[in-house]
Amino acid sequence: MLTCSDLRKGTKLMIDGEPHVIVQFDFTKPGKGQALYKCKLRNMITGSLFDRTYRSGESFEPAALSEREMQYLYQDESGYVFMDQKSFEQVTLSEEALGDQKYFLIDNMEVKILMFGERAIGITLPNFVNLRVTSADPWVKGDTAAGNNKPATVETGYNLQVPSFVEEGILIQIDTRSGEYVTRVKE
Amino acid sequence: MEGNWALARKRRTLEQRARIVQTIRAFFMERGYLEVETPHRIPGNAPECHIDPVGSDGWFLHTSPELCMKRLLAAGYPRLFQICRCWRSDERGGRHLPEFTMLEWYAADRDYHFLMEECEALLTTLVPSGTLTWQGETLHLAPPWERLTVAEAFARHADLSVAEALAADRFDEVLTEKVEPHLGRQRPTLLYEYPATLAALARRHPRRPDVAERFELYLAGLELANAFSELTDVTEQRARFRADEAARRAAGKRPVPEPEKFLEELSAMPPAAGIALGLDRLVMLLTDAATIDEVVAFTPELL
Repeated sequence: MLTCSDLRKGTKLMIDGEPHVIVQFDFTKPGKGQALYKCKLRNMITGSLFDRTYRSGESFEPAALSEREMQYLYQDESGYVFMDQKSFEQVTLSEEALGDQKYFLIDNMEVKILMFGERAIGITLPNFVNLRVTSADPWVKGDTAAGNNKPATVETGYNLQVPSFVEEGILIQIDTRSGEYVTRVKE
Repeated sequence: MEGNWALARKRRTLEQRARIVQTIRAFFMERGYLEVETPHRIPGNAPECHIDPVGSDGWFLHTSPELCMKRLLAAGYPRLFQICRCWRSDERGGRHLPEFTMLEWYAADRDYHFLMEECEALLTTLVPSGTLTWQGETLHLAPPWERLTVAEAFARHADLSVAEALAADRFDEVLTEKVEPHLGRQRPTLLYEYPATLAALARRHPRRPDVAERFELYLAGLELANAFSELTDVTEQRARFRADEAARRAAGKRPVPEPEKFLEELSAMPPAAGIALGLDRLVMLLTDAATIDEVVAFTPELL
């Protein structure tokens, strides 16, 4: 069983017999009072979203999911298609099931498909992915402060903040769990 | 390898934070407060139902410096302040870090009304323009601030009374969900007169013993500080500690030792007022930071 201290963004719980994932999480605590754990949950089967607040002392059943190694093939109107490299079996996941993870998929990338029984309901990405910057403001000469940042877009259409020295065409590493810039990648 | 950008990008905020801390130190020194450093690692904290200490080699990291600072008050130091790290197990959210920075100060022969005024003066010193914008909301800091009792706040914002909420064990939930979002809007709110059962180290109101002389300061819905007219009655303090410790054990929490030296010396403590202010949250407000992560160099996740 899980306790409240296991709750965080990405934790997967079983609620009423169906797997749910926490998509937003906050811990709050008034003054010297009781802790509250505010969760936005997504039903991983129906995709429906709802808010629920838990109090310390509650316990949770972890979602009973298995994982299968698969390779990302392509996206078409049916969704995002993955293939088991051994059995050549294919599964398709919808855009809603992937959420922002869709921005971090690269052709032929190895991912873990989350299975609820025989049904594919989500993926686990590698922690880091390299993507090319397709648009960013030019580096203003003289801006040498390492902490300065600016918006940029990468090849998958994902927008994020990057250091001012990152320019169009550069390959960058992104943490897929936080969605944040990590470093430039040497080519 | 390029420098860690998650650290580098915080430079401006960390520079502001350093200036804020210097201003705070100057404010208290000017008012005759002595800055002290008390041990972070102590045999035991004041037992509290909802605050869990972090163990450290048989002892505990302090959850607040209050016990040692009150022992100094009892030894005759009239005005004290401290800026220190505190630890509270499993507290992590957009406004919580398990290791955070507390500003605590104590004044002998004063009560919590004095500290309300001192909060007004401190914020006015930190924000000379008197206007603060946090996350798109403008706050006017000119004193006097709104003073609202807990009973009034519940009557205004909740659909049940304080007594009903306490009876249903829903006080914290109603306060967090229904009341807090309305506090400190446009100008700071001093929420005061807490139910006596929710203020383990505060003195009861002299004429209304059902409420304790405790207040919390809110700005833009953010809880910033907790203050008491300190309880100096040793018998009552011991009884409250035992009740809280019994409640902790009933909830299956790790036993904590009774703070014996503190209780022994409490009888020598003069009437006093004390306050604990979350320094990281104050920096959030003053630097327009949305989360506590932005105002410290290292969060636990960056270690």
